Amino acid sequence: MELKNLTIKDIRGGLMKKEFSAWELTAAHLDKIEKENDEIFAFLHIARDLAISQAKAVDEKIKNGEQIGILEGIPMAVKDNIMVQDLLCTSGSKILQNYIAPYDATVIEKIKGQGAVILGKTNMDEFAMGSSTETSAFGPTRNPRDLRRVPGGSSGGSAAAVAADQCAAALGSDTGGSIRQPACFCGAVGLKPTYGAVSRYGCAAYASSLDQIGPLAKTVADAQTVFDAIRGRDGRDSTSVEMPAGEAAKEKYRLGVPKEYFVAGMDPRVESAIKEKISFLEKQGHKIEEVSLPHSEFALACYYIIATSEASANLARYDGMRYGAAKGGDTVTDAYFAARGQGFGAEVRRRIMLGTYVLSAGYYDAYYVRAQKVRSLIKRDFDRALAQVDAIIAPVSPTLPFAIGEKTDDPVQMYLADIFTISVNLAGVPSLAMPCGAADGLPVGLQIIGRHFDESTLFNVGKIIES
Amino acid sequence: MLSKEETQHIAKLARLGLSESEIEKYQKDLSAILDYVDKLKEADVGGIDALARSTAAKNVLREDEAIPRPEQKTRRLREAFSEQKDGCLKVKAIL
Repeated sequence: MELKNLTIKDIRGGLMKKEFSAWELTAAHLDKIEKENDEIFAFLHIARDLAISQAKAVDEKIKNGEQIGILEGIPMAVKDNIMVQDLLCTSGSKILQNYIAPYDATVIEKIKGQGAVILGKTNMDEFAMGSSTETSAFGPTRNPRDLRRVPGGSSGGSAAAVAADQCAAALGSDTGGSIRQPACFCGAVGLKPTYGAVSRYGCAAYASSLDQIGPLAKTVADAQTVFDAIRGRDGRDSTSVEMPAGEAAKEKYRLGVPKEYFVAGMDPRVESAIKEKISFLEKQGHKIEEVSLPHSEFALACYYIIATSEASANLARYDGMRYGAAKGGDTVTDAYFAARGQGFGAEVRRRIMLGTYVLSAGYYDAYYVRAQKVRSLIKRDFDRALAQVDAIIAPVSPTLPFAIGEKTDDPVQMYLADIFTISVNLAGVPSLAMPCGAADGLPVGLQIIGRHFDESTLFNVGKIIES
Repeated sequence: MLSKEETQHIAKLARLGLSESEIEKYQKDLSAILDYVDKLKEADVGGIDALARSTAAKNVLREDEAIPRPEQKTRRLREAFSEQKDGCLKVKAIL
């Protein structure tokens, strides 16, 4: 069966018209994953038994004419930091290599409730710390568009699985660009929802004031469908809220282009692909205005203080006792040193140490408090710009997908890969990344950034660009 | 530039057992990152409040109460323990 560019919408039609069964569809995806996984390595664990049993239940429901959910029979992949009960959940780390999720994350309860079929768990940078999926303890994922290149990260496995038609849609998480940048590198659509729109219960925490779970899909409409299935208030994540109704669709939009995002250092091929899309929108009658986000230059430094501070606290729970294997030691302290020193990879240790340093006595005000003040300024920039326009159009990544191994020895260079995505997390606003052409056969992506809880405008503008 | 002793002290605070060569590597890496984040000193933050969260969430409170869970659920949680005794997590000597 042909899986190329098969969307949620196509699958729904096919299942209803009985062109194929959910079982056939699921088996075809599982076969494709098993055939390609040695090469692409999008999946850490393939959940054949679970997927087949879920697909059979879907076929039964359709046969009996029961009411079906918005994701009924849709083959989906899940990033390995999100818990699916009874499946391994490693977060890409050796410290959790044998950890079996004891319960479902809220987003998993929700997609299961809507009939989704879960094919397996996707590769990721260890604890979502990375921009290339190369920090996974289990080996890198390769970009299906060019196997010598990275798929982006940290949700690189989910993006590669979508781009390789190994699933119809996937879940990822985005702390500083971890859904959008891999979506961009692989030529997929990815949404970083507004902070609070989606419950994180059951997702391994990295930086709690920034983390959001969101969808990766083949089309804007599909990303919207998955988002509709997973959003909403959950009593188990006190930061989650019920979404207010979004803005109604407009005929013509006012769209802002931030002047600080088109600067030296950006690949000219990326710049011209995005500018071409912007002039297309202008020709369609939408109003394009220059906006300013004057504190953009501080965003990366601000992010690396806030994110690592929160990470150093969040990852304190990995003690080698409550989860994962102990590594010896006579006292409890020795046991911590052994389990954490051996269990965490180089990048995770680097970020824990940075966070520990900036929170330590004598440095807290100079780093952490100052970064939080700069965060206020960055958020204010977005509030002001988004008072002037309906949404902002910006690049996702300053470069095309880079080669495997190209940036692994230079942490600051790797961090710069996220220069256009991290401000969005600091400000808590939503952003939709989507393809906007190609350069030298590689995908280029843009992002549409909107007001808090105004995902509907992002989807509407995204559909205009997609058409 | 961070000193070797400072780097060792941070590793100790973070409970990370590192080798000599790893300490040297992190001394170099962390110094490079700290040089980069020094950029924040250029930002004018006079009169600006520190922002801990991006959306206007208030403190969310609930009763602190024990909710009994079925044995099946608690068993799954205990199965992740590296060592257990009588249904409790067993740890090394603390003192």
